[in-house]
Amino acid sequence: MSDKVLMKGNEAIAEAAIIAGCRHYFGYPITPQTEVAAYMAKRMPKIGGCFLQAESEIAAINMVYGVASTGKRVMTSSSSPGISLKGEGLSYLAGADLPALVVNVQRGGPGLGGIQPSQSDYFQATRAGGHGDFKMIVLAPASVQEMAELTVKGFELADKYRMTTMLLADGTMGQMMEPVALNDLKVNDSIEKPWATTGTNMEREHNIVNSLFLDPAALEQTNFERFDRYKTIEENEVMYEEYLMDDADIAIAAFGIAARVSKNAIDEARKEGIKVGMIRPITLWPFPVAPFRKAADQVKAMISVELSMGQMIEDVRLATECKIPVTLCNRVGGMIPSPEQVLESIRTTAAKIGGAN
Amino acid sequence: MLMRDFKRITLLCGHYGSGKTNVAVNLAVALRERYDRLAVADLDIVNPYFRSKDSRGQFEDLGIRLICSEYANTNVDIPALPQDMYAVTDDRDLRVIIDVGGDDRGALALGRISQRILEENDYEMLAVVNSSRPLTHTPEDTVEVLREIEDAGGIQFTGIVNNTNLGRETDANVVLRSVSYAEAVSNLMEIPVVMTTVPAELFPQLQGKIENLFPLELQKKL
Repeated sequence: MSDKVLMKGNEAIAEAAIIAGCRHYFGYPITPQTEVAAYMAKRMPKIGGCFLQAESEIAAINMVYGVASTGKRVMTSSSSPGISLKGEGLSYLAGADLPALVVNVQRGGPGLGGIQPSQSDYFQATRAGGHGDFKMIVLAPASVQEMAELTVKGFELADKYRMTTMLLADGTMGQMMEPVALNDLKVNDSIEKPWATTGTNMEREHNIVNSLFLDPAALEQTNFERFDRYKTIEENEVMYEEYLMDDADIAIAAFGIAARVSKNAIDEARKEGIKVGMIRPITLWPFPVAPFRKAADQVKAMISVELSMGQMIEDVRLATECKIPVTLCNRVGGMIPSPEQVLESIRTTAAKIGGAN
Repeated sequence: MLMRDFKRITLLCGHYGSGKTNVAVNLAVALRERYDRLAVADLDIVNPYFRSKDSRGQFEDLGIRLICSEYANTNVDIPALPQDMYAVTDDRDLRVIIDVGGDDRGALALGRISQRILEENDYEMLAVVNSSRPLTHTPEDTVEVLREIEDAGGIQFTGIVNNTNLGRETDANVVLRSVSYAEAVSNLMEIPVVMTTVPAELFPQLQGKIENLFPLELQKKL
């Protein structure tokens, strides 16, 4: 028997969340992620879970805060404009050290933008999900299978480090249909949550979930402790994929749908004898600094392929300490770079570095 | 390969992502050989992407009329019906394949014209099913979805199109295994399996092994 099913990326997120033990979903419809909510609406009542269409994105993220306080696995999903609305709640989750999974199936912006795919919320996800000093773990899937796997992983990381994991997909990943093997997903839901507000039975002190610290010294201390945890994550949780990097003279940096397009371009360029490879960050935060730093001593140039005006390119330049030129190959506003465009960018770069030899 | 007769109106409904649009487009191309005046009507009010309008060029080349919302594939994300939708029921010399939106929500649009379709009584209401889809994995789950569609659309199903596939990983075994699933759905619904689809490249391999086999060319790729 085949154990694969044919799923949309958005459906794979929803089913994987259920497999991971999530029984609480709060959301509000927005294209191109509406299928996450639609799927949850069908499935949750059948398994004793809670699907609730909130009155707004802001309400949904605050419902997430409530359930997260009790230690239950909880998620919300939206697309770019809706994530901006959730910004306040993301900051409160961070301030209260609560685990949650937040999905952003990005669309073109800024503003209401359009309904076609984009990666232009990279800065928002990795730098400024809301006010204050905080980070989210940011996972970037590049296939429907990975949508499912990273959803499960996202819950685990959120629980382990008491913080929000953001699954940063895009409209293409959300809408595309691919075969998925759900049976192989490895769920770890055994993480203790002694901080959760589950009732004291008059046997212990109250647990308090809160992000208000009026004593600046105490607030400073929570920030220090949080960033110590972030350091552990940077050391232990980095994920990336390398493609044909062993002999590469040029490295492409790309994640999500841009990495899929780039792979096709790399295969074509290799046929022309150009030694090009790719580093695909799977965790956007923590960013895979080490492989980029190593590659900076090997390759002569890098190309950052993005569906944005150039956001991840800043992390690539920081990681490579500007030792080599990094150029941008991009489309925005809901447009996707074609393999031909990426191939042309590779050819141009190859011609430049060839001249330098 | 399409030996059977078709009624004037062929309605294609099913779970979203079951492949209704792809079946509609392929069926239209096949039926064009038989009928001079043929139309595909896209009544989807749910999904702004992957519409039969994607095949507009091919329809124009073949002389197939497309009845479709002005807003399909324009990124204007609003539920809208085609302005010339009543051609489906009023122009009785026209053969029509109706591509209905997914699930019960999509089938709501059908309620607008279901009374006229029932009165004329020259239609087939086909359930497009794919057992590789997670919410229609079992015959029982499938029947639940189909009953919801009947309630919303106001028309009962008369036949089943077994469109079981795993996208680009579809092989002969996927199709062969789906036969018993389709039969089970058929028994529960008490309607026949009118066709089983197969990717065109697998057609020679499976011809003669499955009844009413219908080869599909993939119309759209991401």
